[in-house]
Amino acid sequence: MKLSHYCREFLKCVVLPVGLAASALLAGCGGGGEESASSAEQTGLSGKKIGFAQTGAESVWRTAHTDSIKSEAEKRGVDLKFSSGEGKQENQIRAVRSFIAQGVDLIMIAPIVETGWDPVLKEAKRARIPVVLLDRRVDTTDTSLFETFLGSDFVEEGRLAGQWMVDNVKGDAVKIVEMQGTPGSAPAIDRQKGFVEVVNANSRFQIIESQSANFRRADGKDLMESLLKKHKDIDVLYAHNDDMAFGAIQAIEAAGLKPGEDIVIISVDAIKEAFSMIIAGKINCTVECSPLLGPLAFDVAEKILAGEEVERKIVMKDEVFDATNAAANIDSRMY
Amino acid sequence: MSTVSKRNWRENPLIWPTAGLALVVAFNLFFGAEFFSISIQDGHLYGNLVDILSQGARVMLLSLGMTLVIATGGVDLSVGAVMAIAGALVAALVERAGLGFFVAFPAAMAVSMLLGVFNGSLVVFARIQPIIATLILMVAGRGVAQLITTSDVIIFEDPVLEFMGQGYLLGIPFSLWLVAAIFVGMVLLIRKTAIGLLIEAVGDNENASRFSGINASQLKLIVYGVCGLLAGLAGVLEAASLSAADPIKSGELRELDAIFAVVIGGTALTGGRFLLLGSILGAILLQALTVTLYNVGVPAAVAPVPKAIVIVAVCLLQAPRFRTQISKIVGLRRGK
Repeated sequence: MKLSHYCREFLKCVVLPVGLAASALLAGCGGGGEESASSAEQTGLSGKKIGFAQTGAESVWRTAHTDSIKSEAEKRGVDLKFSSGEGKQENQIRAVRSFIAQGVDLIMIAPIVETGWDPVLKEAKRARIPVVLLDRRVDTTDTSLFETFLGSDFVEEGRLAGQWMVDNVKGDAVKIVEMQGTPGSAPAIDRQKGFVEVVNANSRFQIIESQSANFRRADGKDLMESLLKKHKDIDVLYAHNDDMAFGAIQAIEAAGLKPGEDIVIISVDAIKEAFSMIIAGKINCTVECSPLLGPLAFDVAEKILAGEEVERKIVMKDEVFDATNAAANIDSRMY
Repeated sequence: MSTVSKRNWRENPLIWPTAGLALVVAFNLFFGAEFFSISIQDGHLYGNLVDILSQGARVMLLSLGMTLVIATGGVDLSVGAVMAIAGALVAALVERAGLGFFVAFPAAMAVSMLLGVFNGSLVVFARIQPIIATLILMVAGRGVAQLITTSDVIIFEDPVLEFMGQGYLLGIPFSLWLVAAIFVGMVLLIRKTAIGLLIEAVGDNENASRFSGINASQLKLIVYGVCGLLAGLAGVLEAASLSAADPIKSGELRELDAIFAVVIGGTALTGGRFLLLGSILGAILLQALTVTLYNVGVPAAVAPVPKAIVIVAVCLLQAPRFRTQISKIVGLRRGK
């Protein structure tokens, strides 16, 4: 009885204060660490901890995207915490939570899906960690949850593709076949939207078929084989990515037609293979969707951490490549 | 006597995938007869029906292997990933290592078979549930394929591969000859020897078959190995038909198509009796549906729905219980 009483007193009088003091000391150390980090601010981002939650490694485009971020981080001396979501949002959310727990200075997310981000973004906000979104937006009513969105404008890509067609394809009653990406995905929805906008404004053009080949080469080939049998008079093929266009080209050749001549082919992404196809005359035009946003992303991160205002939406400038400029650009393509 | 023959007719499991196919054909007859037009172009057959068979060749190969695995009471989820690995391997060996087809192809086949045997040994020796054991390779296999291609798509040029995937023999796609040869070979091996009986025995009751002297472990290893081999062949066919090997998208979700084809074809997932011809019919039905939907122009977002309805209908009709319920209802009405 007495012994336990002493024990309790001992705990109260000795251990507790010592413990508190120790934790205060540790907190002090932590504070010191932060100070030293902020003193490094003059030299840009070097020594900063930045967490990056990537979607995964699902395509060549995505790998180029990851490489761009990683190499730029190394160049600037950023302590990059990289996490691949392996195609699952819950992995990304877990990664963001761990970034918050590690006390990073800034978090970059390339969201896999648009919804379901509010809770974890609120946690980041409470921890006063700014968030930058890459490639895709998130669906939230509270726009204070992230600092800025940085990426390509898929609708604009659709418009650029449509505009190239209006400028370069002659004739009346031009029949277009549209090959969509995965139904419901942001690039598929937006690339269709922008393209349809342009087509609807021009009575010369008409979309006769619009179906999905899931961004896959094999599906692009299968779908084109069917469409060629259904329609004998396709003038233009518009594919939401290069891969599907490559598959379709094989189907067109197997049907005894000349891709690029009998059927004008327009696609989006502009990966290196598409450039060689343009030079070979099999693709007429490809709209760039650049994955190399590392430099811009870290410019923006630097501004945010320096307390400067940044635009809410920063759009990468996308270029259009066709027979006039493909040969000049193919060697500089990295992906 | 007539009732007996009627029951036999209904109990023949091949009738339901055939009925499904008939439904698709009838729909197309009604909707657009150009679906059936077959012409000759550049000395080979050209038309939607040819496409269905040649595009369906990959799933047919997968479903043949899957049928055997399912007959032993297992399942192989890794076939899609094995497709990717085999395609990547052939492409890497031909294009990057500069080896000829006759080195690259056997190598890819050997690796695919070993991957199948690896699945089998997880099931047999480690006693892991087949669905989990093959899930391992399904997930890891994509990574392996990406390692082989260094996460790129490999584009290759090889005359033999091109012929395999895109060529024609006597006006018929070569891939179909290949599938037909394998199918006939398997049927002969399975029905003219005791192997088919042994596989069914293992699937029906593994313990009983072991007590009766069947080497169930060895049999399972062989079956998983064959499934891996056929998956690899399907992967090489896919790569060959595109002249490109994509480690990420090749064979994506194909394992589900293969399982569908087997189940539609009348082989029960619980194992036991199996029907190779049924699985082929199932694979053709799946591809016919896909092509029909393309042809009709069903919007992409809703295209899976009609596909699912046909599949559910065929599966329900296969269930004896559902059929008795239906015939009771029909009988009641008639009785009135």
